[in-house]
Amino acid sequence: MKKLIVALLLAVAPVLGLAAGGGIHLDDADIDVSDQASLQRGAKYFVNYCLSCHSAKFQRYNRMARDLGLTEDEVKENLMFTSEKIGDTMQIAMDPANALAWFGVVPPDLSLIARARGVDYIYTYLRGFYVDESRPFGVNNRVFPDVGMPHVMWELQGMQKAVYEEVDGQKVVKELVPVEGAAGKGKMSAEEFDGAMRDLTAFLSYVAEPIQLERKRLGIWVLLFIGIFFVLAYLLKKEYWKDIH
Amino acid sequence: MSFMNWIDERFPVTKVWNEHLAEYYAPKNFNFWYFFGSLAMLVLVNQILTGVWLAMSYKPDALLAFGSVEYIMRDVEWGWLIRYLHSTGASAFFIVIYLHMFRGLIYGSYRAPRELLWIIGMVLYVLMMATAFMGYLLPWGQMSYWGAQVIINLFSAVPVIGPDLGVWIRGDYVISDATLNRFFALHFLLPFLLAAVVFIHIVALHKVGSNNPDGIEIKKNKDENGIPKDGIPFHPYYSVKDIAGVAGFLFLFAAAVFFAPEMGGYFLEPPNFDPADPLKTPLHIAPVWYFTPFYAILRAVPSMAGSAFPGVIAMGAAIVVMFFLPWLDRSPVKSVRYKGMIVKVAIGIFVVVFVLLGWLGTQPATPLLTWLARICTLLYFAFFLLMPIYSKMDKTKPVPERVTK
Repeated sequence: MKKLIVALLLAVAPVLGLAAGGGIHLDDADIDVSDQASLQRGAKYFVNYCLSCHSAKFQRYNRMARDLGLTEDEVKENLMFTSEKIGDTMQIAMDPANALAWFGVVPPDLSLIARARGVDYIYTYLRGFYVDESRPFGVNNRVFPDVGMPHVMWELQGMQKAVYEEVDGQKVVKELVPVEGAAGKGKMSAEEFDGAMRDLTAFLSYVAEPIQLERKRLGIWVLLFIGIFFVLAYLLKKEYWKDIH
Repeated sequence: MSFMNWIDERFPVTKVWNEHLAEYYAPKNFNFWYFFGSLAMLVLVNQILTGVWLAMSYKPDALLAFGSVEYIMRDVEWGWLIRYLHSTGASAFFIVIYLHMFRGLIYGSYRAPRELLWIIGMVLYVLMMATAFMGYLLPWGQMSYWGAQVIINLFSAVPVIGPDLGVWIRGDYVISDATLNRFFALHFLLPFLLAAVVFIHIVALHKVGSNNPDGIEIKKNKDENGIPKDGIPFHPYYSVKDIAGVAGFLFLFAAAVFFAPEMGGYFLEPPNFDPADPLKTPLHIAPVWYFTPFYAILRAVPSMAGSAFPGVIAMGAAIVVMFFLPWLDRSPVKSVRYKGMIVKVAIGIFVVVFVLLGWLGTQPATPLLTWLARICTLLYFAFFLLMPIYSKMDKTKPVPERVTK
């Protein structure tokens, strides 16, 4: 029967291979959520570049302070710009109706974006803006075509342009390269910018599930306990069953 | 002991204890597959307990539901653990039940005199699916919303009364706050109904006695005291054995809860971390993995005269046909151990087909995959409907008098 199952699986394998794939290639975010320094840098980018339009309405400032190894005063001084209190969540002042008029869409809350889209998506998206004069803000995005968002970090990255290739008569983006001249140069080198976006992605991953590190830490102890319990339960069973043949 | 006497004269504690545990004789040759009945009860208790605690903080309100789940995940003490125990428990429940049903399938546990036992079990399975379906709406994410939309639209596909039926189920023309409220009420009620039917399931089991991997009736071979020669008291033998099984299960369960609560998008689907948006249909709607085999069957059947009703019928029939299993199997033996090659191959194909359908249900319906789903659907029904023929043709082996190791 096992041989038959294997044969059947082999028979359908090419079909499965064909069905997989498709969609755009995403770069590996390779984040480390246990790296507090990385999360702190990510938090800085988040409040500076994202938090004016995007909220993280489920994330409390004081929880962030605790989890990122910061004091509440440090958070108030460096990461809070409005009159919010330390126990508040990361809200924004922008009126949704205005946002709709300005961007054509209300910028989504980012509390859970890392869980909804995946960290690779975010990492690739953040580095995926390129010049496209047909768009209202002059930029388009490689992983989110016709996105309503401007390239808010162009100062850091510099502008990129798309190199196209023909696939089945369709023009698709092959790769992104810096535009010629000063506009292509940002404050950061390409490596620095990738690192910064990795930090920001790590921070968004933390925000999506603040408990994730503690969950794994606790999990080790739970598994250890159950493992020992299993051994005892197994020995007890053997003791009871030794007369049954 | 006089205290026990006092109780026993008023309520038969000792009698019940003996009848169902200390003097309930179970075959001594239970193997790995016999853990899943007790595990199913464990998971049901887990679902009820964690569910009640979740309900203490959850808000069944279209405007508040999504946020209240995140409130539980972030601000409620141990809320994240209670929620993951519940969400992982839902998938664990189906894994355990599918294995429990597979046990029944291979060892012929549905055969006479256990037909009612099997049917009561099927009722449990249907109740469980209803409970899970309603529970999945409650987080009010995109997949909650659109998954429920797709399934309730199936009822709307019923000719004549369909549209009214859909409105009656939703309480509205679309899935809305009204739907969320009633699903929450029913999701809270059904598990207690489930527990009651589990009780009936066990009463039926203890009336006919447990089957075993050899498919032999141990009651046919009793000693001078009327005790089955191949039977051992459930307590303490199987109670201690089940504790070890529970520990093994909890190890895997905790591994999922603490290290992979999303299980790669199968237990918690990524789009469900986006709040429900009635104006934004997701590109690809897939139900949770435990419904996908039936979803694949639904999509495999082409619609006729612009109506998806034939697919709905096929999906319903895929479940209903299982109720008739006791009368479809005409083999002279119960257990696969003594069945011939034909039935073994049929079961093998059925397992592959069921898993493939499950996978297909998670994928977008491309023409190629739709054809694959159609072939699988045919094989799925062939397994049941041709069983009266092939199980009779099958060349069986002689069944021993007493259970084997």
